[in-house]
Amino acid sequence: MDELRKRAHELLQSGEVKLVIGYEQGNGNKVRPVFITNPEDTAKLIFDSRCVQNLAVYLSKPEVKTIGKPAIVATLPVLRTIIQLASENQLTDDSAVILGITPDGALRNFSTLEEIETFINQFEIQLEERDKKIIEQINQMTPEERWKFWVDTLTPCFKCYACRAACPMCYCTKCTVEQNQPQWIPVPSHQLGNLEWHFMRAMHMAGRCVDCGACARACPISIPLNLLTKKMMEDMKAQFGEYRIAIKKGNPMSTFKPEDSETFIR
Amino acid sequence: MTIKRLIIQKTSLEKFFDVLIQKGKTIYAPKRKNEKINYEVVNHFSEVCDDYIQTTQSAKSIIFPRTEKLFNYNKGKGNITLEDFDPDQVPEAVIWGVRPCDAAGFIPLTAIFNWDSKDEIYNTRFEKTTIIAFSCTSADESCFCTSVGGNPGNTNGADILLTGMGDKNLFLAEVITEKGEKAVSFAPNLFEEDPGIEKEKYLADLPKQFNQEEIKDKLQAFFESDLWKKQSLRCLGCGACAYVCPTCACFDIQDEVHGKEGKRVRCWDSCGLSLFTLHTSGHNPRSVQSQRWRQRLMHKFSYMPQRLAVYGCTGCGRCSRACPVDMNMLEHLISIQEIQK
Amino acid sequence: MSEFEPKIVAFVCNWCTYAGADLTGTSRIKYASNVRIVRFPCTGRIDYMLLMKAFGEGADGIIVSGCHPNDCHYTSGNFHARRRWIVFRNLCDFMGIDIRRITFSWVSAAEGAKWADLVNSTVATIRELGPYEGYQNISNYLKKEENHG
Repeated sequence: MDELRKRAHELLQSGEVKLVIGYEQGNGNKVRPVFITNPEDTAKLIFDSRCVQNLAVYLSKPEVKTIGKPAIVATLPVLRTIIQLASENQLTDDSAVILGITPDGALRNFSTLEEIETFINQFEIQLEERDKKIIEQINQMTPEERWKFWVDTLTPCFKCYACRAACPMCYCTKCTVEQNQPQWIPVPSHQLGNLEWHFMRAMHMAGRCVDCGACARACPISIPLNLLTKKMMEDMKAQFGEYRIAIKKGNPMSTFKPEDSETFIR
Repeated sequence: MTIKRLIIQKTSLEKFFDVLIQKGKTIYAPKRKNEKINYEVVNHFSEVCDDYIQTTQSAKSIIFPRTEKLFNYNKGKGNITLEDFDPDQVPEAVIWGVRPCDAAGFIPLTAIFNWDSKDEIYNTRFEKTTIIAFSCTSADESCFCTSVGGNPGNTNGADILLTGMGDKNLFLAEVITEKGEKAVSFAPNLFEEDPGIEKEKYLADLPKQFNQEEIKDKLQAFFESDLWKKQSLRCLGCGACAYVCPTCACFDIQDEVHGKEGKRVRCWDSCGLSLFTLHTSGHNPRSVQSQRWRQRLMHKFSYMPQRLAVYGCTGCGRCSRACPVDMNMLEHLISIQEIQK
Repeated sequence: MSEFEPKIVAFVCNWCTYAGADLTGTSRIKYASNVRIVRFPCTGRIDYMLLMKAFGEGADGIIVSGCHPNDCHYTSGNFHARRRWIVFRNLCDFMGIDIRRITFSWVSAAEGAKWADLVNSTVATIRELGPYEGYQNISNYLKKEENHG
């Protein structure tokens, strides 16, 4: 943690960055994102196991970009997000200084995006056992049971879009649900509106989700919506090969292979 | 009317609950589902959850549902038939187990829906609902009702307020309104005269943390300040705070059309969402999150007191608990109070 | 009991399947009339929301059809579509949406008979499955006045 603060202080003092995005102590036992522009304030930075929010979501926000070049504290999920954003042309080498934190909690500086890519590919994205079990359970159900499960699980949703707001891959300035000529996804939070919203979000995350879990954590009603995105990831792996996040490789959904095969097209 | 003080035993309270059900009331009470506690229809006293400080969602959804139909229409055969809102379809309801901050939250909500035009749908639901509140014996770090003119035993907005004594086997029942009297009249023998109970002993201790009058006066001058930018950098711009808030009333109107028939629907909206103020011309007066955050605070603490003579916040703390990035309302208000001119 | 007539919406590409369906007509091949055809320039244009909207508006079944791989009029549209359908179908299955009601196929401009066959067999399948009540129930949202959540 001290190393992190020192490095952040250096970066701000030298003017290499105008802003450091990290974590600070919040109210109660919460941690929350912090935006530091003054070198003295780097003492506020903390890092521990509670720091799990995905800070990369702020890299696409215009309010943050206007401040100037940021440095960002990046745990493994955040590093993966950064590479995914780079592969979608949202970030370049110069967009931000990356203050990487390895899974053991050590500070690691990265100078190029390629370095980050090599680093993250040492760690395969694994589903947690608990999620694997639930997905297995769902797979074992009959289609009717699955329908009932999802309609019941999604009924409490009140369409606050916290999942969308917390997800760094949802950087569209006008979301598909805000399209009203025509209105594709119903706005009100009734069963149809909820189902179609989550279905669409899962489809738009296909091949792009890095499994940071920000969506499920942000949900004020604790709906397990990361099950959908995780299931999509597993599917992508199974259908289209290894789920590697890479800058030069296209997204699975915007590329194709002539040898793609399936058994259901007549 | 003056508040009538009665007492009721816990066993009688359960019987009172059953009497209300027998009288045909739909009772909404806090029910635990997984780790969250929310208001749902309950049929038996044993389903009611009472070991919590605050529910996740407020009780406003019973009177101001998150989705409601305004009318149906059908354009068949050249005629347009309209099926308007039918007040008789609204059931008689009881909200059982709200906290004083939630009961007080209906006051600004009613003010908003009766400000320039009287909203028939809201008013019908409100008139048919009896609010039975329970005082708070404990609070957590997100609560701040005492700073906004409330307290853990406040009677504002409730029809009946129940305060549990000690081990909760005896309750003080304050009957505040005529609706409350009507409810008590269904089973008057369950209640006894109050021997002179001191309610304050049993309430949570919550010191006042800021002065809302002072803040109201300061806010006007702070409109162009850069404090809003600083406070709102981490705000993600979702609608969670507005949706769990007992006083937030913004709504969207959608037409859902299927060929020749359709319905007009009203549903919750949030001023924190980026396209909330987008005009058809493409201009967005609140295009940046700091402007939207400023709107949220000023609406509740400056515009509403000025225009409706009532503050838009009851200190329930739900917004702070629901926010994914800890945009803590209490913290921000205290820091505004501390700014020296 | 009145015979249930399925409502099928077909999303087809202009250059192959639409032409193929036209050939079915000019060849005077009789086939079930339950299909409403929606014409697209290419299957690559078909968005998932369109398919869901079809169910939401009362369709009991869906047919999606285009050019054979390597024969796309726009070279690679159907390859992109194929990927999308694989993912879409998996997600539908995971969420319990009845995938027996969605038929995907490649029908070329010369396959008039195949089109008739496809429609007839799809209609027969859907007739057996019955109306898509599950989806239509949630689409008739607000049958009662409100949703308290």
